[in-house]
Amino acid sequence: MGKAARHSAVADRDRRGSVGNRSAAEKAALDKGPLALDRLIHERLRLGIVSALAANDRLTFGELKRLLQTTDGNLSVHARKLEQASYIACEKTFAGRVPQTAYRLTASGRRALDKYLVHMEAIIRAMK
Amino acid sequence: MDHPAAPPLLHEHAAENLRFIRDTMARATDFTAVPGVGGVLMGVVALAAAAVAGSLRDVRAWLGLWIAAAGVAGAIGLIAVLRKARRPDMPLHRAVARRFALAFMPALIVGAVLTAVFVEHHLAAQLPGCWLVCYGAAVTSGGAFSVRPVPFMGATFMALGVCAFLAPTTWGDSFMAAGFGVLHIGFGIAIARNYGG
Repeated sequence: MGKAARHSAVADRDRRGSVGNRSAAEKAALDKGPLALDRLIHERLRLGIVSALAANDRLTFGELKRLLQTTDGNLSVHARKLEQASYIACEKTFAGRVPQTAYRLTASGRRALDKYLVHMEAIIRAMK
Repeated sequence: MDHPAAPPLLHEHAAENLRFIRDTMARATDFTAVPGVGGVLMGVVALAAAAVAGSLRDVRAWLGLWIAAAGVAGAIGLIAVLRKARRPDMPLHRAVARRFALAFMPALIVGAVLTAVFVEHHLAAQLPGCWLVCYGAAVTSGGAFSVRPVPFMGATFMALGVCAFLAPTTWGDSFMAAGFGVLHIGFGIAIARNYGG
């Protein structure tokens, strides 16, 4: 299975709610405690946006679309959700005469990603 | 009777998420403005130079021809990088470009120094191997910050350079044509097809 298909399958699995197959302890690890899962960036495409922006000062809409191999509509919807949560900031500029939308990660977005990474590492440590 | 596949374990899912984050961050910092079309043109320049170089008997004329060809090819490469980077869908982040250039340049400088040393010690016939190995090292180093075919191209150049050192010195221009000509054209086409020009 290709990487994109695998990512899609994982996202589908998330949407279907595979949590239902997990143990009570696993559910608790996801939803409770100081490391409660940030479901906003848990979604695969939003996680991709935040990760890409964590590695760059700013990325344009076109760069993100190419990097994450998604559609305009999909990227637009998920970027807006992150923007509404103040995880990313949107800048509209012009490159010559061409309008350009660029995004950068905010301090709270970086904190959310850091927390998410800590959460994932904690799950790996706890479940092994 | 087939049993349904078991759901993935939570820690496997977490590990997969961490891999995804790492991969995305790595791809987001790739230097993608390496020009495929520019590589093809650089290869054509090298093939033309190799065709002429074979008929030159004077070492200085031969050296001058290859240095001129390197200058033309370098200018083509630089212009092609800048043109590709200017496209709206193509990132040329200053930090990434700087890392690529810093990794690319040292081996080229070593090549320039060794060229002077080889000429001084009447070893000009060994220059094709030296140039191929040094250029390959430059491309491999820079390629660490670029798309996958670039470091592979660098390694191929280095392997060809080693072969040039081992082969009879009269094959030097053929190795130059094979490396700077054919490899540039081949990888240039692959990069242009798969990485946007």
